[in-house]
Amino acid sequence: MTGVQDVYRQQFKTTLASFIQYRASIFIWTIDRILEPLIYLVVWSAVARAAGGRVGGFDTSQFAAYFIVMMLVTQVTYTWVMYEYEYKIRHGSLSFALLRPIHPIHTDLVDNISSKLITLPLMLPAAAVLVALFKPAFSPPLWAAALFVPALLLAFAVKFVVEWTLALSAFWTTRVSAVNQAYFVAALFLSGQMAPLSLLPHWLQVAASLLPFRWMISFPVELLLGRLTVAQAVTGLGAQAAWLLLGLLLLRTVWRAGVRVYSAVGA
Amino acid sequence: MSLLRLVWIFFRVGVMGELAYRANFFMQLLESAVDLGTALGGLAVVFSYTATLGGWRPEEVAALVGVFFLVGGAIRLIVQPSMEQLLESVRDGTLDFTLTKPADSQVLVSIQRVEIWKLTDFVLGIAVIAVALTRLGARLGAREIAGFAAALIAGGIIVYSFWVILASLSFWFVRVENILVIFQSIYEAGRWPVTLYPRWLRIGLTFLVPVAFATTVPAQALAGRLSWQSLAGAYALAALLFAVARLLWRAGTRRYSGASA
Repeated sequence: MTGVQDVYRQQFKTTLASFIQYRASIFIWTIDRILEPLIYLVVWSAVARAAGGRVGGFDTSQFAAYFIVMMLVTQVTYTWVMYEYEYKIRHGSLSFALLRPIHPIHTDLVDNISSKLITLPLMLPAAAVLVALFKPAFSPPLWAAALFVPALLLAFAVKFVVEWTLALSAFWTTRVSAVNQAYFVAALFLSGQMAPLSLLPHWLQVAASLLPFRWMISFPVELLLGRLTVAQAVTGLGAQAAWLLLGLLLLRTVWRAGVRVYSAVGA
Repeated sequence: MSLLRLVWIFFRVGVMGELAYRANFFMQLLESAVDLGTALGGLAVVFSYTATLGGWRPEEVAALVGVFFLVGGAIRLIVQPSMEQLLESVRDGTLDFTLTKPADSQVLVSIQRVEIWKLTDFVLGIAVIAVALTRLGARLGAREIAGFAAALIAGGIIVYSFWVILASLSFWFVRVENILVIFQSIYEAGRWPVTLYPRWLRIGLTFLVPVAFATTVPAQALAGRLSWQSLAGAYALAALLFAVARLLWRAGTRRYSGASA
């Protein structure tokens, strides 16, 4: 009788070995994840300088802190399941995963974590270089740093579950790239990747808090930068937990319905 | 003249191939429009806090976004698909068929695949430039237009030569496609004026990966801020890269032995 932890251990060994073989493409994605926050950091620093050093409660060194922490939070929370499932479902390779006596989400989770461990040696030096170059102002209160850990893990869990559920839209449509694009555009604005949420128009801030976007990336960043009160932090953790539960519920329902319509094109 | 006819024929073949998938046009149009909307939305947020960005006015940055879409569209329309095809044919040996044809092989390879629907980016880019320019108003004379065209041509030659250089490396190395993807990532930095970036990044984006000449310099010409020195510099770099690309292509095809032969 093997438990789920044995499955995870074995899967982890396998994926890690295969990713170390094919590391090039994983590193290229990492370059993307370093470059994007760097570009917005530069842009917002220019805005702050043009506005006399400060904009919406951020000066240049606070923007630097925001986007460097954002970069690291993105590293922990990213997933690529939305691209992968389009391929898996359209080409029918999902069939193999369905034959295994374990839910395919476990494999995806292990793949995801492995890729993050492998790219960490590139990400951390990049963050260190950016810290040296842009001199961020960073002094989180101790309680916020402590709450940051569960907030970060919950953010990853919510993002993973939401994106995994959305990826299943490939069961019903072959035009997944449109779904993906709509989602990523919304995420760019609403999860704080383009600018701190507090700089966006009010209606976008409301949308970001009502939808899961703020809780997937922005919230842990705001928390670690000391921009939230204790009450706001606790409410945020509650919102994350609520979205995680709702997401899991949706995931279960959509997965069951999807597998029923899946006809393995090409198999 | 026969060169132009050749380009036209390949273009037509590409169009005919893609016309079989007409629904893709609407998807591509939607994607390009959303992409453009995102870029302009980002500008709107940024310019709600400042009147100028590093000396650039909103209309000027919008024109830059237009140039970014125009050049990016041209790359994805013909340069990128053709070069990706080249990598594949070097690997599986089908480049033989191209090399035996009685025309310049570099030309043939550079126009071998056209992804016609990417024209949407190209056209939307032109539209954005036009709108931005009308809002920029009267200061636009013949000198700016000529400077813009000249800078755009130089930028086009630079980007094309850069792609040929990277793709020619496939004669020596096996996995070059990853390098091409990196160029795509770095090209994203060209959405904003490179004059904003810190010095080390600006130099990298000008000479290491020549994004600056493809987007910022033509947009500077439109804003009437392009000195003849930097235009001359653009043409010097264009000539240099074009010559290097040509040399590398020659050396590469000499080295190529045809995997299938």
